[in-house]
Amino acid sequence: MEHKGMNLTLKVWRQQNANDKGKFVTYNVKDVSPDMSFLEMFDVLNEQLINTGDEPIAFDHDCREGICGMCSMYINGRAHGPMKGTTTCQLHMRSFKDGDTITVEPWRAKAFPVIKDLVVDRTSFDKIIASGGFVSVNTGNAQDANALPIPKDDADASFEAAACIGCGACVASCKNSSAMLFVSAKVSQFALLPQGQAERTDRVLNMVKTMDEAGFGNCTNTGSCEVECPKEISLANIARMNREYLMATLKK
Amino acid sequence: MTKFLTSSLGKKTVMALSGLFLCLFLLEHLYTNVHLFFGDGGKEFNEASHSMVHSILIRIIEVVLFLAIVVHVAQALLLTKENSDARPVKYAVDGTSKTSDWFSRNMLLTGSIIFFFIVVHLYNFFVPYRVTGHVVGPEEAMATGGETLAMEVAEALSNPIYAIIYLISVLLLAFHLNHGFQSAFQTLGINNQKYSKVWKMASVGFAVLIGVGFGAFPIFFQLAKYIGFDALNWNM
Repeated sequence: MEHKGMNLTLKVWRQQNANDKGKFVTYNVKDVSPDMSFLEMFDVLNEQLINTGDEPIAFDHDCREGICGMCSMYINGRAHGPMKGTTTCQLHMRSFKDGDTITVEPWRAKAFPVIKDLVVDRTSFDKIIASGGFVSVNTGNAQDANALPIPKDDADASFEAAACIGCGACVASCKNSSAMLFVSAKVSQFALLPQGQAERTDRVLNMVKTMDEAGFGNCTNTGSCEVECPKEISLANIARMNREYLMATLKK
Repeated sequence: MTKFLTSSLGKKTVMALSGLFLCLFLLEHLYTNVHLFFGDGGKEFNEASHSMVHSILIRIIEVVLFLAIVVHVAQALLLTKENSDARPVKYAVDGTSKTSDWFSRNMLLTGSIIFFFIVVHLYNFFVPYRVTGHVVGPEEAMATGGETLAMEVAEALSNPIYAIIYLISVLLLAFHLNHGFQSAFQTLGINNQKYSKVWKMASVGFAVLIGVGFGAFPIFFQLAKYIGFDALNWNM
């Protein structure tokens, strides 16, 4: 099958390091296959830059299968581009038209400082996880899987929350740079399961505290995060986290 | 408790609770205002207002009400400042219009306009009735021939400029409530995938009730003026 290649104009954010002011640089990319992923298109552009002796554009990526949460990119004002439930690596050039101008920016948030070009530092998410996004388990033989009965609905809701890949699109797309969809997903996945009960109270208190300290904004329930989340994490998780936090505050 | 109140979720909880309390007040205010439609020369309305002024319970709630407004506004300003600080470098292309509702993103703007309207509204009705004594209770009005609250309302709402300001403010209030009402339940954690539709519907219902309910007053008094009937005495 043969496709007509597309010619695109890219306005890409270039920034040497965290202290650099940064600016948009315009590039022309020719003969882009509609079957390429957005990242493959960037690979082509980078080859082009290397061949002309320019510095390639730094961007985050890893699995390129939509499951690792490494890729980011704010494309034409949308986190992970215009498609629903899609990461940048799974966004294909057929979503664009020949002659399009595409503006590509890094995630913008105080808690996600730019490291270089389109790469941002998402360590604040790691800090939130380290402050409570885990269950402490004793080592030893694995327990029988059926020893702990879990209602199917709870297991499903927990699984849906656990689908969060921690990419940060919720923060990037939120007008307040709030991390509440991420944190609520991580709180929810354990709050719904018996294994998560022992640390339930401390978990939500500590994770919210770490989230606040990292400098994320406050949720105003606009719902942008849910729309942009590549894993379609539900706003219901934020309600659950709010509930967990209120209950934990009353207990402590 | 301090830890809770200074946390992001705590501040949101305060916004939600103060907002819901103000919603309750709106219902009460609408109930009192409906007496203006009775066409009895404002008798029932004046009496309802008069009995409220002389109720200890209402006087206490009144203090809580003013506090709720102050808290709601102060907290909104603080949260907006924090939210703005959370993104020091803004996007060159902002796509939030494609992912969220305009009114959900501009609660501070609609809220500010509503706040200024509240100040004007208090200046027009609360101050003359309760502070300067320019407007008096029904018995005193009968004895001295002073102006009652109903007369003051009729006079203000017959002014087309005031009526338009009133209508615009009420319309913005309706949209403010449409986001705020359901948002409060989400913030308080009384929400899930099943309830969210119910809260959203209830929110639309509440916004329409308040919007149409309060919006009816300036329209009624303006109609009375142009058609030429006495808005307060049509029944007599």
